[in-house]
Amino acid sequence: MIVRSAIPRKMVDFGVKVISSLAALLGITILAWILYEVIKRGAAALNWSFFIHLPTPPGLTGGGVANAILGTSIITLLATLAGVPTGLLAGIYLAEFGQHSRIGSLVRFTSNVMMGIPSIIVGLFIYTLLVLPKHHFSGYAGSAALAVIMLPIVARTTEDMLRLVPNALRESALALGAPRWKTTLQVVFRAAKTGLITGVLLAIARVSGETAPLLFTALNSPYWPRSLNQPTANLTVTIFNYAMSPYTDWQEIAWGASLLIMSAVLVLTVVARFALKEVKK
Amino acid sequence: MVQRVNKTIRPIKNQNIQKKADRVFHWLTALSALLILALMIGIFWELLSNSRLAIQKFGFKFLVSEVWNPVTQEFGAASSIYGTLVSTAIALLLAVPLSLAIAVFLVELAPPAISRLVGYAIELLAAIPSIIFGMWGLFVFAPFMAEHIQPGLSKALGFLPLFQGPPMGIGMLTAGIILALMILPFISAVARDVFRMVPAVVKESAYGLGSTTWEVTRKVTISYGLRGLLGAAFLGLGRAIGETMAVTFVIGNDHTISKSLFSPANSIASTLANEFAEASEPLYLSALVKLGLVLFAITILIQIIAQLWLKKIGQSFGGSL
Repeated sequence: MIVRSAIPRKMVDFGVKVISSLAALLGITILAWILYEVIKRGAAALNWSFFIHLPTPPGLTGGGVANAILGTSIITLLATLAGVPTGLLAGIYLAEFGQHSRIGSLVRFTSNVMMGIPSIIVGLFIYTLLVLPKHHFSGYAGSAALAVIMLPIVARTTEDMLRLVPNALRESALALGAPRWKTTLQVVFRAAKTGLITGVLLAIARVSGETAPLLFTALNSPYWPRSLNQPTANLTVTIFNYAMSPYTDWQEIAWGASLLIMSAVLVLTVVARFALKEVKK
Repeated sequence: MVQRVNKTIRPIKNQNIQKKADRVFHWLTALSALLILALMIGIFWELLSNSRLAIQKFGFKFLVSEVWNPVTQEFGAASSIYGTLVSTAIALLLAVPLSLAIAVFLVELAPPAISRLVGYAIELLAAIPSIIFGMWGLFVFAPFMAEHIQPGLSKALGFLPLFQGPPMGIGMLTAGIILALMILPFISAVARDVFRMVPAVVKESAYGLGSTTWEVTRKVTISYGLRGLLGAAFLGLGRAIGETMAVTFVIGNDHTISKSLFSPANSIASTLANEFAEASEPLYLSALVKLGLVLFAITILIQIIAQLWLKKIGQSFGGSL
């Protein structure tokens, strides 16, 4: 038997421990760095007029992104109204009716694949479907793109959450004579409530920071969103346009908008994750 | 009390209605599920039919031609495809080892409280929107690269053509690094779950034989979870390849293939983001849609392989959550 000295092995071990700790430290540092820069530069740009005024041409002070804040809210709300109910229904199908059917597993597989499709491709799809035939960009198209992104996410989280509900609960409801739809919506849904809300919140968080699918659907606009049938102002595309502009005052506004979007997304995510941890307990 | 009695009687009267309602409910859910399939087919169909002009005109030469000139209506995707592949390769090269190291730290080294805290931080990093990475990348990280990282790299490795050229900050390397930071949380989350699934008894036996932590990790944990780790890397690949906004901000958007990683480049997604809203001629538009079709085909292929692989080894990790 070969006896190996422990010293080189322990040194390698120590080296690896140092490297992994440094890697973890790097991850935290990057997060802290991003948060710090966005908060520092974003906070400097935030003031009253940022929230209540329309954008101004570069050089003129007092401009805001009120229209984009409103536009993003409307577009996201509409996307949620379209994407969440459909996603919930699809999730019900996967968990309650099609667990073992061939269609069920095909849809499940497709949803997983679809979640990995770049969001810009979804934007392209909606462009060819809704923008090209009508010859103009619109807020509706933006909402549609976001809804398409939400659909598979909501469907899969709904399925996972409904699966956690014990079958005995379904059986007791059905044995009492409740129809299937009542069992699902009033008994199973109630048991899975926190999980479902979490899934929906995560899906909203995911799409409210999206830019690529809005670039050529909702586009952007310097005016108030009067109708969703025309290009609609939104925060993320505003950030993109302003950041790419050569004007420093526009770039400052882009930082302010970044802080706004980042806080919204992170708060939604943290709330949802916290709720999810509660469910898993 | 009277009302209660009424309520219990009603379902018997309405049994037929309830049955119908159930059928409607079943169909509604099935239709919603089928909508996902329909959308997937729809995306493919729309991209294919809207790129017909470009397919007829350029055919497969589209994939290898480097010319991209909207004025002369000559379009080739080679530089975009090259940029996509190279930036993704840089991202994976950096992110996979880093993620493994982070996962080792989370599972094997850190005390539970710290592990949880670091775990939260990594999850939070995953939630930061792409456009924020873009802002940070363009205004903070690219200048940092130009001042501190790139001069050092060209001093140390400048004999390689990869690290030659003026340190401008923006360019292929910066895009690759930002991509790495973006996919890091996903790969480390999956790697952590994979490591956690290794039965404690197996690890304890290795420790009992006198192995060090690293030996246990390398010979037991990693080899036990190797297939899961491969799946994790694939998921990271899938995300990196279609990432749009962060890359568009920092890659420089230049339709040339350059040997140097310091030079500006472009990717399929960044070309789409930059040029789509301006494309007015049908052929230009069609060429861009065809570019999208190429990206779609690549990601679908990666996703299908990744999902089949994860399904085969019996682990289900959502692509995004």
